[in-house]
Amino acid sequence: MSLTAKDKAVVKGFWSKVSGKSDDIGHEALARMFAAYPQTKTYFPKWSDYSLGSADVKKHGKTVMGAINDAVGKMDDLIGGLSALSDVHATRLRVDPSNFKILSHNILVALAVNFPGDFTAEVHVAVDKFLAALSAALADKYR
Amino acid sequence: MVEWTEFERSTIADIFSKLNYDVAGSNALARCLVVYPWTQRYFGKFGNLYNAAAIMGNPMVAAHGTVVLHGLDKAVKNMDDIKATYAELSVLHSEKLHVDPDNFKLLADCLTIVVASQMGSAFTPQVQAALQKFLAVVVSSLGRQYH
Repeated sequence: MSLTAKDKAVVKGFWSKVSGKSDDIGHEALARMFAAYPQTKTYFPKWSDYSLGSADVKKHGKTVMGAINDAVGKMDDLIGGLSALSDVHATRLRVDPSNFKILSHNILVALAVNFPGDFTAEVHVAVDKFLAALSAALADKYR
Repeated sequence: MVEWTEFERSTIADIFSKLNYDVAGSNALARCLVVYPWTQRYFGKFGNLYNAAAIMGNPMVAAHGTVVLHGLDKAVKNMDDIKATYAELSVLHSEKLHVDPDNFKLLADCLTIVVASQMGSAFTPQVQAALQKFLAVVVSSLGRQYH
């Protein structure tokens, strides 16, 4: 399910609206993920607060979305562009790749909540494909 | 048997009492057909599903979306025994409609997105968790009679 030229254009267009709020989106997506999929908290055992407003969640949301914003500019070669991040996830973090799908879903929910008018079905499918391609690139070095 | 907290019960009742079943149903089903186009395999007789605009405006999709939401309503009204409530529907989806049960999750995710868009910030992480738990039970019950 590779990204077509149309997908890339739709994602870029939508992202120009999102990027101003991207820290909030990252923070919210993570808080949603920890609430609805509690097993994801196992990757952050030292935190004490996994809810909206937590300083740890805000900071990490900013980190994650920063990388995703970056990836929007690298859609023509996600595997190459995310190679270093893939190494980190494969060797140091070792996050089970099923969790990328879970986080992607929660990013979509955060986008739907914050951009209800813009997050049409057409934008939804393009962003879903982008996040799936990004997840695959992130898992590229796993084995 | 699934254990529901008071918060979960009241949240589910609240969400569904505020939903327009026609609007939410048609939006969720249409979105599912757009975002996961392979689901269109079950709707060969629905006419024009050629592109997103056609799907979102298709009256047969809209009508069927309403049917699905009214089906969900049965679970809302019988939260303490969704499995039994859906036994017949499960057999129908397996034996007659031949729907791959993985598709139920896709539609559930689309409904979550539609509810999220509608509720905005009222769709808190806790509300989301409650809705997703409810939909997971629905999805599991619908797949229960497959063999």
